Amino acid sequence: MDDFLAARLQMTVSFVFHIVFACIGMTMPWLMFIAELKWIRTGQKVYQDLAKAWAKGVAIFFAVGAVSGTVLSFELGLLWPKFMEHAGPIIGMPFSWEGTAFFMEAIALGVFLYGRNRVNKRIHLISGLVVGISGVISGIFVVAANAWMNSPSGFDWVNGQAINIDPVRAMFNEAWFQQALHMTIAAFASTSFAVAGIHAFMLLRYKENEFHRKAIGISLAIGAIAAILQPISGDISAKNVAKLQPAKLAAMESLFKTSRPASLVIGGIPNEKEEKVEYGIHIPNLLSFLAHGDFNAEVEGLDKTSKDNWPPVPIVHFAFQIMVMMGMLMMGTGILFLIFTFKWKEHLHKRWWLKMLVWLTPAGFIAVEAGWIVTEVGRQPWIIYGIMKTREAVTPMPGIQYPFYMITLIYLMLTFLVFWLMRRQILAIHINPQNSNIHD
Amino acid sequence: MTEFIIFVLGVAILLYVLLAGADFGAGIMELVTGKKGIDTISKAIAPVWEANHVWLILAVVIIFNGFPSVFTTLTIYLHIPLFIVLVGIIFRGTAFTFRYYDTVNGNYNKYYTLLFRISSLFTPFFLGVILGAIILGRIPANVNGTFYDVFIFPWLNLFTFTTGIFLTLLFGWLASVYLIGESSDHETYQTFMKKSRLFLIMLVISGLSIFLLAELYGLSLFRKFAHSALSIGCVVVATAVIPLIWRNIKRRNSLQARLLVGVQAACIVTGWFAVQFPVMIFIADGSQLTIWNSRAPEKTMFLLVIALIIGILLIFPAFAYLFKVFKFDSHNDETIN
Repeated sequence: MDDFLAARLQMTVSFVFHIVFACIGMTMPWLMFIAELKWIRTGQKVYQDLAKAWAKGVAIFFAVGAVSGTVLSFELGLLWPKFMEHAGPIIGMPFSWEGTAFFMEAIALGVFLYGRNRVNKRIHLISGLVVGISGVISGIFVVAANAWMNSPSGFDWVNGQAINIDPVRAMFNEAWFQQALHMTIAAFASTSFAVAGIHAFMLLRYKENEFHRKAIGISLAIGAIAAILQPISGDISAKNVAKLQPAKLAAMESLFKTSRPASLVIGGIPNEKEEKVEYGIHIPNLLSFLAHGDFNAEVEGLDKTSKDNWPPVPIVHFAFQIMVMMGMLMMGTGILFLIFTFKWKEHLHKRWWLKMLVWLTPAGFIAVEAGWIVTEVGRQPWIIYGIMKTREAVTPMPGIQYPFYMITLIYLMLTFLVFWLMRRQILAIHINPQNSNIHD
Repeated sequence: MTEFIIFVLGVAILLYVLLAGADFGAGIMELVTGKKGIDTISKAIAPVWEANHVWLILAVVIIFNGFPSVFTTLTIYLHIPLFIVLVGIIFRGTAFTFRYYDTVNGNYNKYYTLLFRISSLFTPFFLGVILGAIILGRIPANVNGTFYDVFIFPWLNLFTFTTGIFLTLLFGWLASVYLIGESSDHETYQTFMKKSRLFLIMLVISGLSIFLLAELYGLSLFRKFAHSALSIGCVVVATAVIPLIWRNIKRRNSLQARLLVGVQAACIVTGWFAVQFPVMIFIADGSQLTIWNSRAPEKTMFLLVIALIIGILLIFPAFAYLFKVFKFDSHNDETIN
């Protein structure tokens, strides 16, 4: 295998794996915190059981997220040393802040998970809150660094060297806010829907079980709000991408020719050779509006970019379609949830509703992965947009396919193990109604 | 500014050795104590290992932010041992967590345990190999050469293997002394103490071997140490505290023993820093990556200093609190429900 391809695939596998744990690590502590808060407020034991059960999930996911994140921080250098040599001084700052946030998260998590009987209730609760806050903050810093790759700023590029470095401007680049917002909401939506789906599955088995009913109540409330907000943040992101990375937007929409007005394509199969989309549904003028807020605006097509600087159009196009489709499904479900909660409560107990939640369990994570593919593959062939090609940054070490195979194998194994462990955890709740754990 | 950053980097590395090192050491202890130590060891490291691990992340971030060429030199030429360390970090962390949290205490525990112990052994070994390669100065100046010359020769030799063994034993020794204080019954205490003695003897032997081998490899560590008053002092203190530590272990003064062994490890790390300073990496052609010629532009360094100061103000009190709750408060509240 080509070393460059192997390096890209290893990075892909590492991100695809880590991002799920990162999302869970950002969201689960909040669910756990809300359950804990409700327990203190209402005194209903079921909430404490819930907080404890979720805490066990958090412990497992956090550990896997922490180690896979460590792997990534090294892989940046192991696979892309040329990139890190230039980017390190420019975007190291958000990473140094992220380090602090992650530290606080790990410390607070230690107190929350193991300190239930050692610290007083208030400190215990606060530690849960600190985990949630610092988790979200770390996520934002990491995404800000990624946004810089899409929208590099805070330096001048002269003869292949970065000069006049300004890390503050680099961190607050033009894409950071949109990306951080979109990613944070995505983390909440995806994790909450997954949690709700799992508890819905259990509720179908153990009817009218308070534990699962309350779990769905908390997680879907968060998930519904996130899923309804996400299209708004998506719209902000689309306009940002249209401005900063027109080639990425053109690939997402498979817009080969610059058009005024441009129509939105839904679905379809892009044909790069003949530069057209087959079987897609075209909605006139809509892309102009979505990209620029004007139904008659010109939208830049791929023809404005020389063909050797095109991202892989079909991958970006399909990933974008999948992300939007999943997002829409979740938004619809979120709206239904709110309607049912305030009116027609009886529907929340119907089998079809629970079954639908079960089907949507992976939807958010599929959207997250697809969205990440849009961002990363859509930027290709650049690693720093318009500045440095990904190929230039790759490590000179040959034989990268071997670490790639190993990482893939290890992560496949871990994925399987985590699924299996979670299954055991969840089933154990019913085998032993005390929800016991020898450790707490 | 650069000095301050290097100082924080040094503290981060030192704390990683003292804390995360002991967590790895706990896994090594399990290898030699078997079933007897498991409960004590699991309980001792569960609440803290993740926070301890973050010192490594802090060190890495400081290096790639403040000294980017040091980071890329390490990641290019020591790719293989670094990758092995990463694999070890993955296995150690996940196997430990899975073992601790698996609801069903079934047969699978033995696989997690095996993985936890093996990765606790080879991860510090390869970390030590990496340190050895940094000291030895066989890292080439460019990638011209065969795969073996560029990517294997710099770290595969008897010297780096000895530094690997030394670091592994140091971690094991640290853990064995820390754990003596956590053992709840006499039998476990006896087991830990025996292993502690074993680690100490082997540690001293491997430490001496490093100095002897260094001469063979044309790396006059003796002379280098003799040049710096600080490093001489460190060696003297690290050796002189051995009988003190041993007496405290025998008398079961676990707190004093822990503090002294911490001082000892700190001396070892500081002694190494004193010899190394201001060089970060010795290159094969005789050139050096120093803290001065590898540092990032001034503005980056300034912002890094600010980030580190605020970070320290947040992290240290929180970290101290974590250790107060789990390591220094009384242990009678380990309730089982």
